[in-house]
Amino acid sequence: MAQSGFQSKAQFGYRRHADQDRAAGSISEYPVVVVGAGPVGLSLAIDLAQRGQGVVLLDDADRIGEGSRAICFSKRSLEYWDRLGIGSRMVDKGVVWSVGKIFHGASQLYQFDLLPEQGHKRPAFINLQQFHAEAYLVDRVQELAGVDLRWRNKVIGLEQRNDHAILTVETPDGPYRIGANYVVACDGARSLLRQLAGAEFAGKVFEDKFLIADVRMTAEFPTERWFWFDPPFHAGRSALLHKQPDDIWRIDLQLNPDADPVAEKLPENVRPRIARMLGHEQFDFEWISLYKFQCRRMDKFIHGRVIFAGDAAHQVSPFGARGANSGLEDAENLAWKLDRVLRKASPATLLESYHVERSAAADENIRESTRSTDFMAPRTRQEARLRKAVLSLARETEFGQRMVNGGRLSVPSIYDSPLSTPDRDTWRGGPRPGASMLDAPVTTPAGEPAFLTDAFIKCGTRFTLLEFSNGAAVDPPDGVGLIRVGGEGDFSDSAGLVAVRYDAEPGSAYLLRPDGYVAARFRHPTRTGLDAALARAAGNN
Amino acid sequence: MALSTRSNFAKPDDAFRAVVEAHRGLSDEQSTDLDAALVLILANHIGDIDVLREAIALAQRRMAEASQQQQQQQQ
Repeated sequence: MAQSGFQSKAQFGYRRHADQDRAAGSISEYPVVVVGAGPVGLSLAIDLAQRGQGVVLLDDADRIGEGSRAICFSKRSLEYWDRLGIGSRMVDKGVVWSVGKIFHGASQLYQFDLLPEQGHKRPAFINLQQFHAEAYLVDRVQELAGVDLRWRNKVIGLEQRNDHAILTVETPDGPYRIGANYVVACDGARSLLRQLAGAEFAGKVFEDKFLIADVRMTAEFPTERWFWFDPPFHAGRSALLHKQPDDIWRIDLQLNPDADPVAEKLPENVRPRIARMLGHEQFDFEWISLYKFQCRRMDKFIHGRVIFAGDAAHQVSPFGARGANSGLEDAENLAWKLDRVLRKASPATLLESYHVERSAAADENIRESTRSTDFMAPRTRQEARLRKAVLSLARETEFGQRMVNGGRLSVPSIYDSPLSTPDRDTWRGGPRPGASMLDAPVTTPAGEPAFLTDAFIKCGTRFTLLEFSNGAAVDPPDGVGLIRVGGEGDFSDSAGLVAVRYDAEPGSAYLLRPDGYVAARFRHPTRTGLDAALARAAGNN
Repeated sequence: MALSTRSNFAKPDDAFRAVVEAHRGLSDEQSTDLDAALVLILANHIGDIDVLREAIALAQRRMAEASQQQQQQQQ
């Protein structure tokens, strides 16, 4: 348990590195140094290494922390982890869910299904303790020669130069210095890199406190997200119950703003409340923690040679699973751009689109999660009254149910991006430029069942043309992958869902970015049009 | 669609009366609860965020001017 002191889920050894023996005048220089081996830093390092970059990954600890922390990983995150080679491990361990139930008082108001349609490789969400996710990511890192993971390496100094940055790193053997073309700061909400870059930022602090507990019990609750407004066991506040692997249940309880943090965390005070919630006493605590949160983001995600990602760059309230998932979206957005810039396939200005796209996503996440939090903790009497009206209307009306806000769960953002080529043709559906690719079942040319997301990975997770046959086929530009659907020797649209989800007609084509977002689409692609869209998406126009 | 401020009811008195009567016999607290539900129901029926924003702006403008006039009268 957290308050009983130190407990770790995995321990790693500090090892002295040859860089620490180098003379002050001849420090080692690396293309990328990633700071922070949480889910975001680890994923980014893996992605970059898979693209052929050498990455140094520094972490100030030597262990994976206790407690479930981020537990809900979205479909989008799972698709990203598929590309990193660890999606199946996460899903196999995780608890798959897509149904949520909302209760008011003692009775259910309504339920929702986040992924009501079939034909996707990955579920809407899995629940998985953050420490499991991190452990699997570390295992993957250790399979890759390209990532040099150094534990107990704490960055304490930053010098920005014109074309690189120099970090001073503290270790048990004393400090050393290391150079990097780019530093990516994934060092969390209390980012030290942010301080060192002089980029502190203000935001909205929510005064309401939340208590989270990981409770061990064997129980026959369905694997659903249960959210209560004003439950009988916790009058006037809200509560959340979520199943995790290993017979662990995650409970989030909203506390009064004036709650005493020390007293509230004592197991003897938490136990009776949870016993009332569960209706029995047969449970043990794994971890108890108390948190308040802020909603804020940095004005600029890029400061010289330091790029910020995840909680270091933006923080949201936890309702909506928009923290870790949006950090992983940062990683997938940044990795391919950084790779291209480092290999000089694109100009450094391509990185600005990382800020443009991901800061807009952060704004959206902050807006959504702030609205959820405000709904859970109304600020004025009239706000409380309007919420009461919504909750009571939800018993009888669909519109009332849809206004109830117990967390709007993370979905991939849609980018208004300088990298997108606006539609010129008429589309009645399908993902528009700036939206994420949609999954669908296919049959491979060899006759194997697969998914479109698998085909994208098989193509090398690079710029890829998704083309529907029986038009005048266009050969993709050099270095661009090709997924052709529908013709002889092509992938076949076995369930007919690819055509539906992409509003496809013979000859239609989508140009996908290396992060699986749509860069451009054409009813009748031409080589000139494709070349222009590709140049634009790669920042080469 | 823009907010319609023309008179839309054939018998406006009936509409006004219906709302007034809904509030008869209620405490201020209950009346505010009723209004809150009513606003949300009607807003959803309109189903157009721009019209809703226009309506809010109109209400805010009238409220501000009305309280200004009230202050002037008191001076």
